[in-house]
Amino acid sequence: MDAFIPLLTIFMLAIFVGFEIITKVPPLLHTPLMSGSNAISGITIIGAMIAAAAPAPLTTALGFCALVLAATNVVGGFLVTHRMLAMFKKKD
Amino acid sequence: MHSALINLAYLAASVLFILGIKGLTHPRTAVRGNLYGATGMLLAVVATLASREVFGAGMQGFAVILAGVVIGGGIGATVALKIKMTAMPQMVALLNGFGGGASVFVAGAALIDASDPTAQMTVATVASGIIGSVTFFGSLVAFDKLQELVLPGKPIHFPGQQVVNGLIGLAALGVGAMLVNDPTATDLYWVLVGLASIGGVLLTIPIGGADMPVAIALLNSYSGLAATSTGFVLNNDALIITGSLVGASGLILTRIMCKAMNRSLTNVLTGAIGPEAVGGASADEVYAGKVKSASPEEVAMLFDSARRVVIVPGYGLAVSQAQHAVRELANLLESKEIEVEFAIHPVAGRMPGHMNVLLAEANVPYDKLREMDDINPTFAQTDVAIVVGANDVVNPVANTDPSCPIAGMPILEVDKARTAVVIKRSLNHGFAGIPNPLFAADRTLMLFSDAKKAILDLIAAIKEA
Repeated sequence: MDAFIPLLTIFMLAIFVGFEIITKVPPLLHTPLMSGSNAISGITIIGAMIAAAAPAPLTTALGFCALVLAATNVVGGFLVTHRMLAMFKKKD
Repeated sequence: MHSALINLAYLAASVLFILGIKGLTHPRTAVRGNLYGATGMLLAVVATLASREVFGAGMQGFAVILAGVVIGGGIGATVALKIKMTAMPQMVALLNGFGGGASVFVAGAALIDASDPTAQMTVATVASGIIGSVTFFGSLVAFDKLQELVLPGKPIHFPGQQVVNGLIGLAALGVGAMLVNDPTATDLYWVLVGLASIGGVLLTIPIGGADMPVAIALLNSYSGLAATSTGFVLNNDALIITGSLVGASGLILTRIMCKAMNRSLTNVLTGAIGPEAVGGASADEVYAGKVKSASPEEVAMLFDSARRVVIVPGYGLAVSQAQHAVRELANLLESKEIEVEFAIHPVAGRMPGHMNVLLAEANVPYDKLREMDDINPTFAQTDVAIVVGANDVVNPVANTDPSCPIAGMPILEVDKARTAVVIKRSLNHGFAGIPNPLFAADRTLMLFSDAKKAILDLIAAIKEA
């Protein structure tokens, strides 16, 4: 329980921060918001790295699978978001 | 490296993620925002490489990580650079799924490795397993439907669907409870994952076509919640914060999409709308003898006296890749001193913001892309409204017939324009399965053709006139 309460606190506060910022994102940018937020949800990659480096072969294998998925998520997400955002231009 | 330093790096990464999303509140700062996000991710990855768990594991660990990152990063980069803008909904669906899948594996690995798991850890592992599997398989189904590979785009129903879904949900929770009770029975985790995977498929198949924006937004939220749960598994703040941000983002988008269709989330998720739900006037009653078909030349003449034109894009524009042709038409009209703007319905297309991305790709300046509430009051002063491949979002019965499937859905009030030109291949109904009286209105001209071909013909006709 001792570790749980601080984590729960962080969780609740982060949810509020999320709601506050994201309601300000205009509909114009909703697609990049989805792909961009998706890329950062690939933060699971750090858990995948720790699992992949573990000594037990089964853990390593699971970590490797997670790593491939998460790395696709992260790299693909940020790149495609960048591609989209670079297209939004004001009247020239 | 000292674990306090690692945690500080995670904190910095979390701050960069928040600043990154904040950047997305304006197109001017958005590119920089995305770079902040990517920098945060790089920082988190480097910090993890230096951590005791990874750095301490020696060369073999590094080799596995390098291989995983190269393979995953290679796939991600290739797809991200090659994907067409019209296929963005599929891309986002797939990425959502991968995020969910990664959480399933990480939580499973942590459970197997744990020597004395706490209740927090096992409960969180169960949550990661369920949410992550639903996200992964739900997203694969969404991807398949959008890409039209195996499953049809339309909703799939079978008798007793809700009961089956409920039973699978209960079974997954039951297995979860057993796992929490005895965390050493790690095989149960994979039973749980299997059940949740079937659940993910079953939950997504009844969602069809035009309801996809809701499904994708919701899966986006799930992928965040899966990351958060994994954060509780690993006691990792960065995962919890980031996952919460994404979870909140997906939920907000889901709510916006539901509101833009005036439907409850339950109604969308059960696929309660669709061709079976036909009520009100039949297509014959609405259309017979009243539909006026026009040639591109006839439509071109409308622009001789026009001063303001509004273009209303829908999914048909994406299907026929007409965005560049539409931009060319807008340029041509502007060269004749005609004001041109674009009216974007929140659920036009197959994901939130789909039309904006397509038009931005075709170099339409973003200040010309106007939201529904902004542009609706201007239709009365609009000479010509051109509807390109949209149907339900411009159907006036939403406001007039309280018994129709789209009753109360906010629409783009194209019927108020002096003349409406509707470019469509046929009089076939849209996703809601009802006829559209706009097509038979006195002031409407139908241009029956593929969207891209129609626009190109129109451009040629205007140039000749």
